Amino acid sequence: MAGMPLFVNIEETVSIILFGVGFTMLMLHRNLIKKIMGMNIMDTAVYLFLAAKGYIKGRMVPIVTDGIQDVSAYINPVPSGLVLTGIVVSVSTTALMLALTIRLYERYGSLDLDQILMRAKEDEEV
Amino acid sequence: MSFVQNFPFFSIIAAMFSGILSSVLDGRKARNLSLLVIAVTTGMSVMVLGFCMRTGESYTYMMGHFPAPWGNEIRAGVLEGLTAVMFGLVMFFAVIGGMDHTAVDVEESKQNLFYIMIDLMLSSLLALIYTNDLFTAYVFVEINTIAGCGLIMIRQVGRSLSSAIRYMIMSQLGSGLFLIGLSLLYDVTGHLLMSPAKEAVAVIEAAGLYAVPMLVIMAVISVGLAIKSGLYPFHYWIPDTYGYATPTASAILSGLVSKGYIFLLIKIFYRVLGQENVIASQMINVLFVFGLAGMLMGSVHAILEKDTRRMIAYSSVAQIGYIYMGIGLGTQAGMVAAVFHMFTHSATKALLFISAVGLYEVSGDRKDYRSLIGAGYRNSLAGIGFAVGALSMVGFPMLSGFISKLLFATSALQSPHKMLPTVIALAVSTVLNAVYFLRLVITLYTIPSGEENEGESTSALPEKQKPEGIKESREKQIVLKRQRFSKFRLAVVSYILLNLVLGLYSQPIVAAIGKGLSMFD
Repeated sequence: MAGMPLFVNIEETVSIILFGVGFTMLMLHRNLIKKIMGMNIMDTAVYLFLAAKGYIKGRMVPIVTDGIQDVSAYINPVPSGLVLTGIVVSVSTTALMLALTIRLYERYGSLDLDQILMRAKEDEEV
Repeated sequence: MSFVQNFPFFSIIAAMFSGILSSVLDGRKARNLSLLVIAVTTGMSVMVLGFCMRTGESYTYMMGHFPAPWGNEIRAGVLEGLTAVMFGLVMFFAVIGGMDHTAVDVEESKQNLFYIMIDLMLSSLLALIYTNDLFTAYVFVEINTIAGCGLIMIRQVGRSLSSAIRYMIMSQLGSGLFLIGLSLLYDVTGHLLMSPAKEAVAVIEAAGLYAVPMLVIMAVISVGLAIKSGLYPFHYWIPDTYGYATPTASAILSGLVSKGYIFLLIKIFYRVLGQENVIASQMINVLFVFGLAGMLMGSVHAILEKDTRRMIAYSSVAQIGYIYMGIGLGTQAGMVAAVFHMFTHSATKALLFISAVGLYEVSGDRKDYRSLIGAGYRNSLAGIGFAVGALSMVGFPMLSGFISKLLFATSALQSPHKMLPTVIALAVSTVLNAVYFLRLVITLYTIPSGEENEGESTSALPEKQKPEGIKESREKQIVLKRQRFSKFRLAVVSYILLNLVLGLYSQPIVAAIGKGLSMFD
């Protein structure tokens, strides 16, 4: 297994692949809803990465139970905190993007970004 | 501990809470609150700057009750204070100068929302300047993005909605890259606070470990922030975004928001990754090349553009290119030049956007070259403001743009391999700048003749044709107009003064920037 670091760090590998998938979707897809889905996949991939990094095998959730104060009994709580913060941020950006998408759909009757941009340009020239 | 040391924290919190408070106020009160908060935070930043100049060193400020490796921190030094002062001034006059347009462009019921966005923008910019924690920086980057998007889309005409979604998509790409970069960095170093992270990076680099991950981290963070600040190949959202928002929003977005990200990038280079590591990694050369490309291509696009407001927006692409070129030189002098150009550009671009609006007002709200013929005579102050801004961007002596160019050129001489491309690009870009800016200035001061006269007389028509009966409402309009002009005048005159101060009084400012940068280590 020593020569196969990708499989040893399977969570990290998967999360970077997912990040790439989400990033590409957000960048290249024409449908706005799918773009937003891509954005969420991208963000979630980062959270998977952080969660995987914070986890230490054989240790407990970082909540003091049974009076065990020793640090070595618990996993690293910081990445979990980051994930929580990150989720809050991505929820608000997703909500904003969805609201914008609804507005755009009402005005231009399409979810296709190319068409929206085209129609916006036409509107201006009229 | 001196009381002044609390001010960075106070100013961030005051801006944030004024946003919350504004949600229950009506538009007028929200506006006054915004202005008050901007003024107060700028005053605080001045005192922070004074404090750091006096003591000659920076300080960190512990947030909450956990000491360094665990807790959250704010850090203030000369450069932070100076940037906060500049941003505060530019923002204050942008809000004042565009106030009446905001009142027209934004629906009555949504006025207070606009000023909430302004408050949040101020708060996030200040936090980006002062924070010493990488994840806090990420959170405020996102707040900045959301506030920016709100500022664009609140004017619901023309292409503002479609440009808002484009802005949002590009920003999300950028912040996604920034976030994964931070996560990798945290993974490698085990720290989110800048100072301990830097120590860890130094240990890693000395041991020669994690060469590939460190390179990826540098690349991903730089590219992420470059996308967000609109470096050349990622600039597609800029013209629409700056071109269709309400004037205050355009001035703030082009003058300040992109600079906030650049400031963060510089801070990360110096305070986390280590400037010498960044230089060794060649990442700096990538920024240099894209900066050069931006300088030239931004100007070419601006020359081809027929809508003058989009032209000003494209010129931002070129100016962002200058800043990245300065960073890309990889010397202390180049970095000083880049920071100085950040200030120059924020003061000048805000002046251009605000005074351009004054010119459109007297040209039937049209933005093409033909309609603007002779506009410099119809609104003389706006014409002067625009001419000063344009000359400053071209690099006319006495104005701040000249000092920027001088600093870039002299700093280029210190880096032998990059000297020639920099100097050539500077020269070519200056000429291109002159082509489109001076063309517009000449248009503004051309006396309209013959058939072109029609365009002008339509704008003068309403006043002549008004019957006697509605005299009263007309007088009201004039009073309104007079009020508008005094606010507008204040903003334009202040920006011109700011430009002159940066141009004529540059020595101490440059010295302070250098001092601030050396405090980063």
